[in-house]
Amino acid sequence: MKIRMETRAACGAAVATLFAGAAQAQSMDETINTMFASATGWFVNFIFAPFPGTSFPWIVAWLVTAASIFTLYFGFIQFRVIRHSIQLVKGDYSDPNDAGEVSHFQALATALSGTVGLGNIAGVAVAISIGGPGATFWMILAGLLGMASKFTECTLGVKYRNEYPDGTVSGGPMYYITKGFAERGVPGGKFLAALFAIFCILGSFGGGNMFQANQAHAQLSGVLGDYPGWITGVIFAFIVFVVIVGGIKSIAQVTEKIVPLMAILYCGTALIIILMNIGNIGWAFGQIFAGAFTGLGIAGGAVGALIQGFKRAAFSNEAGVGSAAIAHSAVRTKEPITEGFVSLLEPFIDTVVICTMTALVIIFTQQLVVDPETGLYVMNEATGRIATVGDTSGVGLTSAAFGSTFAFFPYILVVAVVLFAFSTMISWSYYGLKAWTYLFGEGKTQELVFKLLFCFFVIVGAAASLGPVIDFSDAAIFAMAVVNIIGLYFLMPVVKREVESYLSRLKSGEIKKFV
Amino acid sequence: MANIFVAAYDGSPSGRRAVDYAITQAKAAKASVVVAHVLEWSPYSFLTPQEIEERHKRRGQELSRAETAVIAPLMKDLAEGGVSVSSEIKYGHVAETICEIATQKGASQIFIGRTGQSTVVERLFGSVAGTLAQIAPVPCTIVP
Repeated sequence: MKIRMETRAACGAAVATLFAGAAQAQSMDETINTMFASATGWFVNFIFAPFPGTSFPWIVAWLVTAASIFTLYFGFIQFRVIRHSIQLVKGDYSDPNDAGEVSHFQALATALSGTVGLGNIAGVAVAISIGGPGATFWMILAGLLGMASKFTECTLGVKYRNEYPDGTVSGGPMYYITKGFAERGVPGGKFLAALFAIFCILGSFGGGNMFQANQAHAQLSGVLGDYPGWITGVIFAFIVFVVIVGGIKSIAQVTEKIVPLMAILYCGTALIIILMNIGNIGWAFGQIFAGAFTGLGIAGGAVGALIQGFKRAAFSNEAGVGSAAIAHSAVRTKEPITEGFVSLLEPFIDTVVICTMTALVIIFTQQLVVDPETGLYVMNEATGRIATVGDTSGVGLTSAAFGSTFAFFPYILVVAVVLFAFSTMISWSYYGLKAWTYLFGEGKTQELVFKLLFCFFVIVGAAASLGPVIDFSDAAIFAMAVVNIIGLYFLMPVVKREVESYLSRLKSGEIKKFV
Repeated sequence: MANIFVAAYDGSPSGRRAVDYAITQAKAAKASVVVAHVLEWSPYSFLTPQEIEERHKRRGQELSRAETAVIAPLMKDLAEGGVSVSSEIKYGHVAETICEIATQKGASQIFIGRTGQSTVVERLFGSVAGTLAQIAPVPCTIVP
């Protein structure tokens, strides 16, 4: 209710500003921006609070520690089972009599279309422009470790999902935290689950929505010429409204089909650009490794590179965040662990492959300005970022990097960004809705309230400037990880039992291929 | 070994012609007929999160619709024909699934209808007959 009141107040203020027109010194975008920054500042400060006496945010340590613990606890599961994961996705172990049910491939593709988005295009550019090329190294490492987190949460997502009499399913951290804790006799499950649901709703408004709208607008205005963000916001909000409220599935279906093609086109082009600049390969990897351990003059040094790399990797692949567990929980399988095996491919594809492509293109095309005398990066004091050739940041930097080789590519990138943004929004509207109905109960009215709020935040996201939006988006998504990972620590022995049982049956030949 | 024919049936008039022709042949050959109805499905298609959530429910609905609207009326029609008829409803790539059914049942022949008409669905069905002619593990009769 409080949120609704605030929403109304914000709407009122926004409309008042709009009609005041030229008489008002502040533009509508600025008003939204200021209000937004002041409303969310405390939350952002809490999530990104550094360890006392350092500049290292505790949340980054939290995620990396968890991913490392899962990696060790499951004995480097992500490298041991990757061959089996691919066989599962290919359907080698799927019972032909289950045809017509959601396949492992479909669950993976849908979860991927929720994560492959602007994090891969804009987020990486942010990481590189603040943390330097060294951030790439830490990003890849975080991606590899994150595979273990994703494996743990998605296994639990399937194991503890709710199956309703009509055949529909609901799963995710809310359900495994409640049910798993009760099963193990650990108190506080319901409280943690509710807390997760609240953060998931905020995350769906933030990273899953406003950040997407914001960067889609940045890209559109970069190509079409500058115009107010709220216009993009209103158009986007309308299309999202038509899909999630109007139930026009065809738009979502078309997007779901084009997104994978776009991802292939994006990676293919990135690969061509890397090959065209192959002469820089020694230099580029030198920059990545040197930057990872020395910082090469960036603000915050090597630690700055590490923080940026880890942050953007977590934001992009969402490992440990819990969102993928919602998407994966609907797959039909007798063995929950198989979905865990499949899901660990997600951070690999998202971060180790796609994010790295973006990073390499930016580095290979030499978008970052280097001081020729010292070999260090030139800092732009005003923004706190490394100076870039066209003074770009976020998606603009990626666009400039691709555009420096293929002048037409920024236009393709606009389409890709808009589609990625849209598919991520649709996925996150679903995650947010699941959390919302977990809190407020299933029902048409409750769902409509959430969906309308979701559309409203599309407009806010497109109108606000990148800084406050990206801060809030990160904070909300990482807050989900705080709760989710506590749950994972308590429930990881359950997953361990499943892994051992499954792998021994696989070895003994009890689990057979159908092909 | 029992002589078994598989007849592909999609509910269309051309499918019906294939079934009828299979029945006639089965009578002469003292064979039994398996009517195969395949719902087109690829495990590699893309679904939205909402569709994924509802998939199991939808599958149940699709199967019961296929049973009541397509297969049951046909079986009722064929009940008095003097030929033993059973049915199979499966999901998958249509031509490949018909071949799988034929192999599983140990069938000696496959019957499938085709039309030269121009509606999109029937064109697709026509191409199924073409594919089947290429990949069928046993002799395949295409009924015009």
